[in-house]
Amino acid sequence: MSDLTTPPLLEIRDLHVRFAVRNGQVHAVRGLDLTVHRGEVAAVVGESGSGKSASMLATLGLLDINASASGSVRFDGTELLGAPPPVLRSIRGGRIGMIFQDPMTSLNPVLDIRRQIAEAVITHRQVSPRQAESKAVELLEMVSFPDAVRRARSYPHELSGGMRQRVMIAMALANDPDILIADEPTTALDVTVQAQILDLLRSLRQSRELAIVLITHDLGVVAGLADTVNVMYAGRIAESGPVVDIFHRPQHPYTIGLLASLPRLDRPDRELTPIGGVPPRLYEEPEGCSFAPRCRYAVEACHEVEPPLERVEASMVACSVLPMRSRTAEGSL
Amino acid sequence: MPFLLLGIVTIAFCISRLIPADPLASIVGVRQMANPTIVAAARQKWGLNGSILEQYWVFLKNLVRGDLGISFRTRKPVTHDLLDRLPATLELAVGALVVGGVGGVALGAYAASKKDKMADHLSRGFSLLGSSLPVFWIGLVFLFVLYARLGWFPGPGRLPPRTKPPGHVTGFYTIDSLLDGNFTLFRQCLWRLVLPCFVLGWAYMGQLSRLVRAAMLDEINSDYVRTARAKGLAERLVMRRHVLRNAWLPTLTILGFSFAQLLTASVLTETIFQWNGIGSYAVQSANTLDFPGINGVSLFAGLAFLLANLATDVLYAVADPKIRLA
Amino acid sequence: MSLLSTAPRLLVDVAPRSTWKSPWKRVTVIAGMTVTSFWLVVLITLSWWAPYKPLDAVGGRLQAPSWHHLFGTDALSRDVFTRTLYGARQTLPVSVGVIVCAVTIGTVLGSLAGFFGGWIESVVMRLVDVTLAFPPIFLAMAVAAALGPGLQNAFFAMVIVWWPIYARLIRGQVQAVKHRDHIQAAVSIGATRWRILRKHVLPLSFTPALINATLDLGQVVILTATLSFLGLGAKPPSPEWGAMITDGAQFFYQWWVAVAPGIAILTVAMSFNFLGDGLRDALDVRAKR
Repeated sequence: MSDLTTPPLLEIRDLHVRFAVRNGQVHAVRGLDLTVHRGEVAAVVGESGSGKSASMLATLGLLDINASASGSVRFDGTELLGAPPPVLRSIRGGRIGMIFQDPMTSLNPVLDIRRQIAEAVITHRQVSPRQAESKAVELLEMVSFPDAVRRARSYPHELSGGMRQRVMIAMALANDPDILIADEPTTALDVTVQAQILDLLRSLRQSRELAIVLITHDLGVVAGLADTVNVMYAGRIAESGPVVDIFHRPQHPYTIGLLASLPRLDRPDRELTPIGGVPPRLYEEPEGCSFAPRCRYAVEACHEVEPPLERVEASMVACSVLPMRSRTAEGSL
Repeated sequence: MPFLLLGIVTIAFCISRLIPADPLASIVGVRQMANPTIVAAARQKWGLNGSILEQYWVFLKNLVRGDLGISFRTRKPVTHDLLDRLPATLELAVGALVVGGVGGVALGAYAASKKDKMADHLSRGFSLLGSSLPVFWIGLVFLFVLYARLGWFPGPGRLPPRTKPPGHVTGFYTIDSLLDGNFTLFRQCLWRLVLPCFVLGWAYMGQLSRLVRAAMLDEINSDYVRTARAKGLAERLVMRRHVLRNAWLPTLTILGFSFAQLLTASVLTETIFQWNGIGSYAVQSANTLDFPGINGVSLFAGLAFLLANLATDVLYAVADPKIRLA
Repeated sequence: MSLLSTAPRLLVDVAPRSTWKSPWKRVTVIAGMTVTSFWLVVLITLSWWAPYKPLDAVGGRLQAPSWHHLFGTDALSRDVFTRTLYGARQTLPVSVGVIVCAVTIGTVLGSLAGFFGGWIESVVMRLVDVTLAFPPIFLAMAVAAALGPGLQNAFFAMVIVWWPIYARLIRGQVQAVKHRDHIQAAVSIGATRWRILRKHVLPLSFTPALINATLDLGQVVILTATLSFLGLGAKPPSPEWGAMITDGAQFFYQWWVAVAPGIAILTVAMSFNFLGDGLRDALDVRAKR
């Protein structure tokens, strides 16, 4: 874990993302705070629709035109929200690389992979096409792409899902970025391949001091890789803190619910308990805590006031009931 | 494919033979129909005695030798007539393909990149006009305004009035005039191509640009485009290298079909611009019930269409890496 | 339509295509509806208020447009404006008729081919392939020439040209729908094949046919005029738009003879285009994604 006194590499403050839809708008991200330090792996966890991807796309200015973002995203001292397109372009693929959930559709089907990787190199450096191509092959070797020299001219459809995700990683790391944003990097892959990709990310992170923002809905992925965990629910952070605390002493009912629904090899006898109900639609602003309708511990106040994010031990938690109990419990000890 | 070929041949034959009107009447003239000797002689001469199956067999055998029969109207072999007129049509079609193809892709891509802005509306309106206006009417309007009234463009016909055609080598006036070293004539021929090519190309352009626009808008939201942007690529390159390249594929699939439309429009363009090509030959044959002529033209059109579809498949295989290796 | 109401909604619907918000769509659909209803009203009420009779000689021949003759008179001293309005009575019923016949034949043959497969399918689809192998105008010209000129024969020619398009479309739809779960469910509870075809498969297959039919109407209007223009459709005295343009081509310098029918074709073809596009957006589930 990195030293907390140095200024953070990526600092997101009070980020809001709104999508214009047919009848009104969806407030997908509602005041997100997220900090990533150099060399740190920060996981963002949540169900689909919780605003994880939208907030990362907003960071890089990649949102669709029907979306708007407000707040502040500072990367190494530069404000990215509302930055002029050339500045954003130099950071995208240059100092921040990004890989996406579905490697099947994220590669251009009509260009060979060497060309697609070389394109990332040429965009950010003054190199000849030939140099870029040999760099592309090097990158493929770096991500353990088998037989990279010979298979560099393959087209995406000739590769398996895992191979394609390696290509995506090679592309994202083409210009030695400081941060890799990985949006559900293993969701679309087989379990064995998932493990390989996670291994790859882990080793890359160590060899290059790469910071990673890992977006996922899979807590299993988080446990093996992340330093800090940010649990998102309905566009906000429910709980965030060091990975150890989140897993061993979860404070927010939603985190507790997530962990309870996770099968664990070390405790095969434990029963899995799913969280009942569905996440709210964000067509209109929820009143009170957005998790309250599904929450076992909810009291009347939960339906009226949205709890702020407050420090509880090493974590930040947005719940007005449970942490209180643990605090009083601690106090009585 | 062979089946399709035989089918085309058969249909062409059926159309010309299984009809209520008696083709003999148009050969010998209605008045002579009362005279049995003349009628019998004509039947003999045009191979119309014998059962329909025999006629079909004779027709097939001749076809293999490239013999489409003798036109009732021009009294020359239909094959000869068609080959004679082919260069004129090709000259027009190639010109129109260039106008329509280049214009259509450019316009479609431009409209897609300016979606829902004024430029988008204008270019869509322009394309829509091209496919909603009858070609023969556009041709007339253009001739009237640009030739008769303003005098900016030359009138109908492949050559200026009272000009001798260049020496016959290829049949393409543009090429032949160059071979003759007659640059004035070359310029005149080229200049006369502009208006009919634009009229013919406009409808094609309209269709193509709508397709390119729709295909590009489909691709713009796809994941790999987001990847390209995430690499930091400039928007212009994202459009050209990623979006347009993929938008090509669905556009290509209808190329054969648009070629058929081009043939259709060429019939009308040639009629309006008094262009001595296959299209006007078709109209003349149809109006005089010249069945060998109609037969020949239908066959030609069917084959051209077949070839266009084949070319489309080949092009598609070249453009789509998934097919190249399969 | 039933598809729309039962389709599951996404939790966070990020629909990027707000179709009806696009000003182009709004303007064009309204324009399409306005122009189509204008022609419908003209078609029905014309006899009561038309200034002249379409076949009567009125005033002098080839007169330029004036207040008496909005679009002038033609070579036989007939009022061009009146004739153009009457032209709708020829073209519109013919076009709608062609499409209705083509859709009917195409739907019957296409659904049989798609649903039962086997030899029915191969016969129908071979026929479709061969017919579609001809560029439409050449086939229509050949058929119209063979049957003899006349609007009625042009009608048959166009039906022959158009039915295979729908047969192919419907067959593809039926095949796609056939394997959906709810059809399989109906099979498993013992519904007969006819019942399934009628009650389950066809209704789902019909939407794309309807959209295409509207879009094609404009093309049929143009083809009708084209055949008449080539002398293979409506015969001379009758006020048909294509035939009127042929007249106009002969009296080239009297431009007004051809202008009005051309504009009529343009407005009709374009508004059907607009309506078809609008219909596609309104009905097509895929476009709403």
